[in-house]
Amino acid sequence: MAQAALRRFSGEALIEEAGPTGMVTLRGTLRSGAILSAVQGAVGLRVPEVRRAESGPRGSVLWMSPDELMLICEAGEAAGIAAGITERLAGEHFLALDLSSARSRFRISGAGAREVLAKGAPVDLAPRAFGPGDLRRTRLGSVAVAFWCTGPDMFELICFRSVADHVYEWLCLAARPGGRVHLY
Amino acid sequence: MSARLPRGGLLIDRQFPVSFRADGRKLSGYRGDTLASALMGAGEMLMGRSFKYHRPRGPVASGPEEPNALYGIGSGARFEPNQRATVTELFEGLEARSQNRWPSLAFDVGAVNAKLSRLLPAGFYYKTFIHPRAAWKHLFEPVIRRSAGLGRPPREPDADRYEQVHAFFDVMVVGGGIAGLAAARQAAAGGARVMLVEQAAHWGGRALVDGPEIDGLPAADWVAAEVAALAARGNVTLRSRFAAAAVNDHGYVLGVERLTDHAPGAEAPRQRLWRIRAGRVVTATGAIERPLSFPGNDVPGVMLASAIRDHLALYAVSPGARTVLLTNNDDGYRTAIALKKAGLDVPAIVDVRANPSSQLVADARALGLRVEFGRALSGVKGVKRVEAVQLCALAGQGSVIEEIACDAVAMSGGWSPVVHLWSHSGGKLGWDEANAMFIPDPDRPPTGADGAGFVLAAGTAAGKLLTGEVLADAAAIGRRAAEEVGQRPGDEAVPRADSTAEAPLLPVWIMPLHAGPELRARAFLDYQNDVKVSDVQLAAREGYESVEHTKRYTTLGMATDQGKLSNINGLAVLADTLGQPIPQVGTTTFRPPYTPVSFGAITGMARGPLFRPVRRTTTDPWAEAVGAVFEPVGDWRRVYACPRAGESTEDAVVREVLTVREAVGVLDASTLGKIIVKGPDAGKLLDLVYTNVMSTLKPGRCRYGLMCTENGFVFDDGVVVRLDAGTFLCHTTTGGAERVHGHLEEWLQTEWWDLQVYTANVTEQFAQFVVAGPKARGVLEALGGMDVSREGLPFLSSAEGVLGGFPVRVHRISFSGELSFEVAVPAARGAELWERLIGLGAVPYGTEAMHVLRAEKGFIIVGDETDGTVTPHDLGMSWAVSKKKPDFIGKRGLERSYLVGAGRKQLVGLETVDPSDQLPDGAHATSGTRPDGRPRAIGHVTSTYRSPTLGRPIALGLIEDGLARMGEVIDFPVSSSLTMHARIVSPCFFDKEGSRQDV
Repeated sequence: MAQAALRRFSGEALIEEAGPTGMVTLRGTLRSGAILSAVQGAVGLRVPEVRRAESGPRGSVLWMSPDELMLICEAGEAAGIAAGITERLAGEHFLALDLSSARSRFRISGAGAREVLAKGAPVDLAPRAFGPGDLRRTRLGSVAVAFWCTGPDMFELICFRSVADHVYEWLCLAARPGGRVHLY
Repeated sequence: MSARLPRGGLLIDRQFPVSFRADGRKLSGYRGDTLASALMGAGEMLMGRSFKYHRPRGPVASGPEEPNALYGIGSGARFEPNQRATVTELFEGLEARSQNRWPSLAFDVGAVNAKLSRLLPAGFYYKTFIHPRAAWKHLFEPVIRRSAGLGRPPREPDADRYEQVHAFFDVMVVGGGIAGLAAARQAAAGGARVMLVEQAAHWGGRALVDGPEIDGLPAADWVAAEVAALAARGNVTLRSRFAAAAVNDHGYVLGVERLTDHAPGAEAPRQRLWRIRAGRVVTATGAIERPLSFPGNDVPGVMLASAIRDHLALYAVSPGARTVLLTNNDDGYRTAIALKKAGLDVPAIVDVRANPSSQLVADARALGLRVEFGRALSGVKGVKRVEAVQLCALAGQGSVIEEIACDAVAMSGGWSPVVHLWSHSGGKLGWDEANAMFIPDPDRPPTGADGAGFVLAAGTAAGKLLTGEVLADAAAIGRRAAEEVGQRPGDEAVPRADSTAEAPLLPVWIMPLHAGPELRARAFLDYQNDVKVSDVQLAAREGYESVEHTKRYTTLGMATDQGKLSNINGLAVLADTLGQPIPQVGTTTFRPPYTPVSFGAITGMARGPLFRPVRRTTTDPWAEAVGAVFEPVGDWRRVYACPRAGESTEDAVVREVLTVREAVGVLDASTLGKIIVKGPDAGKLLDLVYTNVMSTLKPGRCRYGLMCTENGFVFDDGVVVRLDAGTFLCHTTTGGAERVHGHLEEWLQTEWWDLQVYTANVTEQFAQFVVAGPKARGVLEALGGMDVSREGLPFLSSAEGVLGGFPVRVHRISFSGELSFEVAVPAARGAELWERLIGLGAVPYGTEAMHVLRAEKGFIIVGDETDGTVTPHDLGMSWAVSKKKPDFIGKRGLERSYLVGAGRKQLVGLETVDPSDQLPDGAHATSGTRPDGRPRAIGHVTSTYRSPTLGRPIALGLIEDGLARMGEVIDFPVSSSLTMHARIVSPCFFDKEGSRQDV
């Protein structure tokens, strides 16, 4: 199937639709050896601390709740990773699901990126309070989202698929020229 | 008349004239002017009409406390009413429209109300309009409604954009005068994150006008240097044109930044609402001067002494050429001195005090000014303009000693610290007897979660009136704020200023002291709402002892300025009349916002298409393209019907229903909630949350289930599929996915934490399409790849596989009564599969056809047939309530006597006796009469349709003891002239044996 062109808007920040992304929800006892090794095996990363994300060449791991992680990987790999974890953890109590279709992912970058997020999320986005690897599950306007910092003034954000259009339009409006807050 | 002086004006730039229009007349001011200063500079003092009596009014103040000079600003999509001219920055092309007058500001028909003022005393509407009753509805209310409110609302959608932002600071300092600057400097010195905000466009507050020397510098220079020093720090955020509107619990501050109010149409948001979390809030909000209550104190030309001084120093305009000062304190003398030094005439200083001795009094005398001690004013001559004042003794009834010609009056009644922000979250006030003012009581601040105060008042806002003590106090407060949020305090030097001592103020709340009724009825307290001294006294005589009641009875302080000028004077008059001390009477409650917040700022970006998120399924773009009709279901937008070219929506629904009954239709059911429940105890959990048994379900099989609340009332339903030994997939209603998922998690996390179960809401992962109708199997077979035969995939079974190249799970469940397959596919491929199914001959149908199909079968919809008070037994679904299970949510609730006894309303089918009658949705059935003689309601219609399959109307309803009344005909009085008759029948109207779905 032909993939629709990915949307992109350049204003006070650059807003980009990230396109198909592999996402695996993993629930379990996060500090258990089983989960640590499953995550290591799947994406080669440690289990992140609370409200943190770990990233590496094979993907990312997001802390989602005290017993939930999300693994981010290439779109085509998620089903295999979920199946692999399920096989590896057979006999353990856990849940691993390929939920790549459930959410949409965006990149927000540039000098105004922090402010764009601060316009919708009750989160302290000052660089010293929110740096690379920091993550929040929060809201953007009235929509549930999670976002994390991937580098200086670079963020990734996920939201449910059904509200992706709303979130994209929201981000573009927040990034419209003239709206710099000059807060950080 | 008012005029621009040839020189001076700190804030205006005479190189740049700015033209604007007021009520259509073209006028000119300067860059830096406010609308009020520009109007005064153009000779205009008449700027409004009061609300009740339509009295001519001029500006009284120079800031946001202004009650009179209100204008509608802009036009069309940029019109905004009730804007205070004193804080409206002038810009090229500004259009101002005066309010509450007809036909013009100068000649206003409504002013006849003033002549009737004897008939319109305090609380007049409570007294006058009670009888006759009909007159209220048809005469008084329409007239009052039309005359209520000052400005007219805009008629067009707002052309501007607005936004909000969240920000976090250790210390937020409100007020950019010298106290705020000093506090911010100390707070930031040790590295704390500090925000300093100022409501005006410029920094420095009153210091610019009164010009004390600070650290050896003129005040304006010191302010500029401090602002530059703060701006250079990386840890300080400075914002002017920023009004802190509210200080809420937990240091949550709301503020409005006005970005382009002064530059309409600029490529930027007009206003930005800030949602701030601050560890400590320092209120350095200064003080507002009080008017004096004397007869005629509302004639245009009577202004606060400080406001006259402000206009003189900042904009080089004066309300008059000859200004009489009326004062009860030393500070007012500064205005007389400033006017005299500017070359204007000050015929007299009228000081109510007997014989004050101070430097300021001496300075005034040295300038040759005439000072009258122990005197007051008993009247002002002039209607639209001050022409003269009448001098009298303070301690008398107001006999005129002398008439002094003048065209302006400066009044100074002392100062009231701005305590609003301190008070918003419960900060208490103390009474400063010497200065006759309420001040924040530092021992009773608003407290946070830790019990400590989180608001600190600084400088004049804390009751410090002399420059030196203002600076010392503010610096100390700034340091303390930093310490309290765990930051290292700075070691910055405390700025110094010398202040000369001032003689004490003499509080005088009514003058002359023994004014008779005539004079008291001309002494205004609340200018905008026309509340006079006599009104408050009348209220007190009529028994209104509480200041809160008096406020509401007289409307004192209820105008757009919220009593910033009038409150203290009003409650002092009340206290005096009641014979109580002022602090005992107390103040009314200070509620947010401090100054008005526009609806635009409150709305932010949530307008138009972003007003609220609409959840869309994968087929939404397709549906939009084919012109489908939508309906909202929960937060989702779903297809209601898919009319073909030239087809009405009603006809489309009929066609879609018949297609499913006769051929094959396809429905996007992706919005149904899907929750994975996995773990060794998954079955145990489901047995507890469903009313029926789920743990016995075999892998690959489906079972319909009901969920109840603890009270035994149905709250969701859906089909449960057992995917494997340890994993279940629970379907919920469209609106119920998040609610049910939260319900499961709550029970797991709070009560049954020992159960080994994980859940995941996978609703959005899958697009799910219902392929239903006698020819459904053919469509799936055409896709190919799975055995979908009756034997291979029997009714109520479920299988995973690949269908036409799509990875799918297919459930054999039916909500239509027909042969039906629900096909779930990862949402990324939803739209693709949808178009394939249509290409294979499945006809798209919408939610309305789905509703009709299920109603023909008597299947319930949670929310239609249930309303939160309906049990499974009421629905005739006792078969879905386990009698064997030891426990489940709702079990004990269902056992309560009144849920099991007779008289419950039960779900039945309803067939109108005359098939041309269709029962209206919600119609009530009646039988017999109640004790009061009115018809007794015995139930109502929950769903009603014209069934295309049966060719007649059908309905479902909840009817008292309905299951025992099969065949009975009951009455539905649907209007005064029409009663429909319907027979109680089984809720299943079609294919009662269920043979069509199991093929």
